[in-house]
Amino acid sequence: MNALLLVIIPLVGAGVAALWPNNRTRPWLLPIVGLAHVVLTGWMFLDPPEVASNAWLAFDPLARAVLPAVSLLFLVCAAYGVTYLQIRSERPNRVFVALLLAVLGLLSAGHQARHLGLLWIATEGVTLAAVPLLHFNATPRAYEATWKYLLVGGTGIALSLLGSFCLGYASLHGGGGGDLTFVALMSQGAGLSRPWVLTAWVLLLVGYGTKMGLAPMHTWKPDAYGEAPGIVGAILAGGVTTVAFTAILRIRAVIAAAGEGPIADRTLLAIGLFSMLVAALFLLGTRDFKRMLAYSSVEHMGILSVGAALGGPGLAAALFHVWTNGLTKGTLFLSAGNIRRAAGSPSMDQVRGMAVLTPRSAAIFVTGMFAVTALPPFGPFFSELQLVRAALAGGHGTASAVFLGCLLLAFFGLTRVVFGIVDGRPRTAARANGKRFVETAGVIAPPLVLLGMSLWLGLCTPEILREAWAAAVAQLFPTSTP
Amino acid sequence: MNETLNLLIGLAMGLNLLALGSSRLPSLIQAMSFQGMLLGLMPLIMEHEHLDWRLGLIALATIAGKGVVIPTLLRRAMRAANIDREIEPFIGFVPSLLLGAAGTIAAVALSQALPLLPEHAGLLLVPGAIASVLTGFVLLIGRAEAISQVCGYLILENGIYLFGLLLIRSTPLVVESGILLDVTVGVFVIGIIVDRIQRAFDSLDTRKLTALRE
Repeated sequence: MNALLLVIIPLVGAGVAALWPNNRTRPWLLPIVGLAHVVLTGWMFLDPPEVASNAWLAFDPLARAVLPAVSLLFLVCAAYGVTYLQIRSERPNRVFVALLLAVLGLLSAGHQARHLGLLWIATEGVTLAAVPLLHFNATPRAYEATWKYLLVGGTGIALSLLGSFCLGYASLHGGGGGDLTFVALMSQGAGLSRPWVLTAWVLLLVGYGTKMGLAPMHTWKPDAYGEAPGIVGAILAGGVTTVAFTAILRIRAVIAAAGEGPIADRTLLAIGLFSMLVAALFLLGTRDFKRMLAYSSVEHMGILSVGAALGGPGLAAALFHVWTNGLTKGTLFLSAGNIRRAAGSPSMDQVRGMAVLTPRSAAIFVTGMFAVTALPPFGPFFSELQLVRAALAGGHGTASAVFLGCLLLAFFGLTRVVFGIVDGRPRTAARANGKRFVETAGVIAPPLVLLGMSLWLGLCTPEILREAWAAAVAQLFPTSTP
Repeated sequence: MNETLNLLIGLAMGLNLLALGSSRLPSLIQAMSFQGMLLGLMPLIMEHEHLDWRLGLIALATIAGKGVVIPTLLRRAMRAANIDREIEPFIGFVPSLLLGAAGTIAAVALSQALPLLPEHAGLLLVPGAIASVLTGFVLLIGRAEAISQVCGYLILENGIYLFGLLLIRSTPLVVESGILLDVTVGVFVIGIIVDRIQRAFDSLDTRKLTALRE
């Protein structure tokens, strides 16, 4: 019941937002609903409910291991959203607020979905609900980005539907009664028809990999993240990609139960390393600091995929990384949003010296950049360290070397762009007589809070979180103990 | 019953080729709309022994949605945008057709590798589905203009629908209606964006969408 409430509360909030008459007070619905969601998630996290094995929607160990991170990220972004929408008071925000809340509800459904069809419906719902968020700025560039997002994302999601059908047919062909819950599919195990399982895995990996932004299906990401408001980028990078990642994890468990685990792991490892490489190379070339964040996101999705390929210990590290990456990326997107607003352009050709013009945002942006490139003692350092140790323990020496090489290249790329914008004599593309951007508490505190959480996760990872990740690993690897 | 169904699937596959060879937007939309209607009839033929209201509903919704509503919306968008009705392809019509024909042959060959249940053994559903998905891809990649790309996307979705017919007896109604709802909403969202692009760029030629690149 509570699992359903996590979906219903935001959706009801979305309905209220759609009917709310006042443009100025409407954004307050975001933190109110976000807070309710965090409280409920936190309560269920501390006191995990019993999960009926045939439930379609439940706060199971995997949802417990990642959904709280998404919920926290949303709350902080929602607090930022109130100030952001005040700054952008010239634009109507009815659709924006309503759909942002709908995205939260659908994300909750997607993370908790234990049924192949329901999972697809929730993911497709998120994809569609995010569309008007992307073109909130209503510029031609924003529509172009939205169009590319729709075509690439739509094709990806269509392929994942085809993959779901194939997995369904694998079960039907193996004598299953058409029960498409993951539990039923896993229990059918080797009874699933092998050719169909492999076809399904390819299609589902391409489909949900597109949503996650794994290379070479990542092409929508730089455009979408580059043109969307910072708050939307933060939620897409920390929440929507996570739902696709949990989808891939749940499906991988079915494939492994069918006896094709090694193939699934090899493809995940290859596609993960390839994503890291592509992202690192593009990071060395891009001149736009918002697109830079998108490539950084592609890189971190690659890291998650590599973690998922390394068995129990790697998966625990990947779940850790979902938290550290989501929160740190949130810091970067929100502070980058501030800088972008003050500077009037996202390109390092037009913007310099933001350390003088927006000193606080620039300081957070630089610190966040170091955090995301795995500088200790921030969270990403520890999750990536844990991941490399899992890889070395598993005998993946070459993969670890490629992994670390890509991280180094990405570090060069990120520092190049970030210091190009922050340092030097101030120069912006903003009109001199335009409204000046003021760094109020409302736009500084949220990214700072996220940065603090990333630091806290690194310095003292709470034992209960480690226990939650271990429980999720046990759910996905029922036969072996991590 | 298998013969009738295979005939319909064969017709749908022929419409794929027609769509690939269409040099005018109205005929592309027409081909897609006919294909949608054929698809709507298929569940009725497949399950003619135990027809019930839910099957009727699905068939009706499919025929109305894929065959009437969506094509009407696209035609309206076409007229509103006042675009050149001649399609300008990235991939020419003859190469598109050749790709489509090769895709159809590949689809038949590929489907040999996939085992089917005895009751589906004689059906062309799997090759039909793969061929439509490939046709959709060729149109998505090979056409420059937004509405043609939408048609490609819808043909791709038709292919997935064909495949879904294999599971018609085993999937619960909730799932099916959820999928149907998502697809419908998706088309509406695409429609809205097409409209916005038309206003922002004064054109539906996606070759003008080139501001965002490295």
